[in-house]
Amino acid sequence: MTGYIARRLLLAIPVLLGIVFVVFTLVRLIPGDPCRAALGERATDEICEPYLERRGLNEPIPVQFVLYLRELLRGDLGDSYRQGRPVTQMLVERLPVTLQLSLFALLFAVAVGIPLGIMSANWHNSSVDVGTMVVANVGVSMPVFWLGLMLQYVFAILLKDTPLKLPPSGTLQAGVIIPPLYETYGWQVSGALKTTLDFLSNMHALNALLSLDFKGMADALRHLILPAVALGTIPMAIIARMTRSSLLEVLGLDYIRTARSKGLKEWTVIMRHGLRNAMLPVVTIIGLQFGILLAGAVLTETIFNLSGVGRALYEAITARDYRVVEGFTLVIAVLFVVINLIVDVSYAYLDPRVRLQ
Amino acid sequence: MTTDNVLPPDEVVAFDGAFRHRPSSLWRDAFRHLFRKRSAIVGMTLLGILVFVALFHTVLATHDPSIPMLDIPEEVAAGVKKRMPPCVHILGCSEDTPQHILGTDGNLRDFYSRMVYGAQWSLIIGFTTVGFAIVLGTLAGAVAGYAGGWLDNLIMRLMDVVLAFPSLILSIAIVTVLGPGLINALLAIGIVSIPVYARIVRASVLSVKEADYVTADRALGVGRFRILFHRILPNALTPLIVAGTLGIATAILDAAALSFLGLGAQPPMPEWGSMLGAERNQVFTAPHLVFFPGVAIMLTVLSFNLLGDGMRDALDPRLNR
Repeated sequence: MTGYIARRLLLAIPVLLGIVFVVFTLVRLIPGDPCRAALGERATDEICEPYLERRGLNEPIPVQFVLYLRELLRGDLGDSYRQGRPVTQMLVERLPVTLQLSLFALLFAVAVGIPLGIMSANWHNSSVDVGTMVVANVGVSMPVFWLGLMLQYVFAILLKDTPLKLPPSGTLQAGVIIPPLYETYGWQVSGALKTTLDFLSNMHALNALLSLDFKGMADALRHLILPAVALGTIPMAIIARMTRSSLLEVLGLDYIRTARSKGLKEWTVIMRHGLRNAMLPVVTIIGLQFGILLAGAVLTETIFNLSGVGRALYEAITARDYRVVEGFTLVIAVLFVVINLIVDVSYAYLDPRVRLQ
Repeated sequence: MTTDNVLPPDEVVAFDGAFRHRPSSLWRDAFRHLFRKRSAIVGMTLLGILVFVALFHTVLATHDPSIPMLDIPEEVAAGVKKRMPPCVHILGCSEDTPQHILGTDGNLRDFYSRMVYGAQWSLIIGFTTVGFAIVLGTLAGAVAGYAGGWLDNLIMRLMDVVLAFPSLILSIAIVTVLGPGLINALLAIGIVSIPVYARIVRASVLSVKEADYVTADRALGVGRFRILFHRILPNALTPLIVAGTLGIATAILDAAALSFLGLGAQPPMPEWGSMLGAERNQVFTAPHLVFFPGVAIMLTVLSFNLLGDGMRDALDPRLNR
């Protein structure tokens, strides 16, 4: 197992380097130099020359790449052109929002997708199966942004006089403030610990839970439902389809017939004998959904006014703030690679055959 | 393409009688199974309707899709308001209000006509991006698999890097570099989808490269390109078609997303994604302007998904039917 993990880690290094190279190249290909992008019409040669000099942007491209790698290794993603703040600082504010949203979306996808898949496989070819598969097929075909807008309309307008009413925005209710953990508990923190706590505190639901602020938590959760459902629908449909086909395959095997002939209850046969083996490919699929979630977050966050990584990326693009685009794209891609790596490793852990190949 | 085309013309002549009486081919079988599958039939019907609308958009549209009714004479435009809800006279809408089947948009344009014109864009987007990706992917995959060695390594590692990005994020990054616009968005989505096809082609090249009939060809002195195009690539056709059909669905969704964000098709082009994006803040006041383009995108994507799934099952000889 250790050997397998080491091999996978080694294989990830060239991919990570490739990602850095692609992002670096893409941003360098943007017409116009960064100084003019940052200063706009105010940029003149007198101002720009020292600006470019100071940032090493007059060096040859290969030298710039080495300088860039060195910065990255120090954990420095540069400063935003527009806001003048370090990109890493923006990341501490934005990434938790996206992570929390993705986590809830995945929770929805798993909690709905797996039961749907089981039902569909259990009543194979029945109306339940057909209905579930229609839902799944429509689910994968829906544009995330459209689903988000429609959910807003249904739950905030059509159902506004019913208890089912839900807020159309992902941000907290005006007036609801959940202070960071260290303020709630009066801790004196600084440096890396403060950054970590800031990071955690920006996941509002988690922050409220840890601060024992249950009213705040209820508000945070209520605002999370619609974005999470919008974002989680495509993964939900994919998980349902995968669970169904995987379970159907397993249920046709000999040992299931043995289990049935032993006189086990159908429920036990499916849940204990069937599902356990059918879950392997489903686990992989669940992990791979993370990429879809991160990409979908750009759209979901834009619609639900959530200030996460996705919306920051979108805003940075419209504002031509390339340092932020560069940093955020890089972080998303690296996250994606790391998650895929974890999925691969966990798959090898669950299924020893993968390790031996 | 049928399997007959794979053989050189002289062999076809030699076996002509045998082919004529052969009961079925992979493709004929596949089509038979495809037409027996309910979901595939639904997919094909939806696609048929879409193609019909795309072909006859000029006949089906009631108004010009891109001209706002601001410039037209008072008596024609009388009663037309911005973002009017759908009004169909035979369904009980008052005769005083001008008839707009799907209402009007924020620029006083007939929304139904814009929707009709949008159908062709959806198909063009799907087919051009996937066509582009298949051509380049096949080239990359064939070269990688056939040449092997460092070239194979270089090409496939590059593909790994592209696959390491979530596709929409990389498309967004590429469009940022190229500048917003439909062509650039299509180029970005095309580039991002290349690895899928490259991998498929490379895998099938590797699987038949050492096959006896390829060795026999080589011994007979058949040229490299002929071997590649006549012996090896036909093997990759089945998975390519399936992946391509499903790829069209993804491409349409991604293109709609880019247009929604303002990075793809630019107004006044009647493209469903950008129509949705333009009116997204009106979802509470004029939901029909958001509802219809979304449904259209969904049905289009659904049709390609259903057809792709159906073809995968129909073309898989291992499936027990």
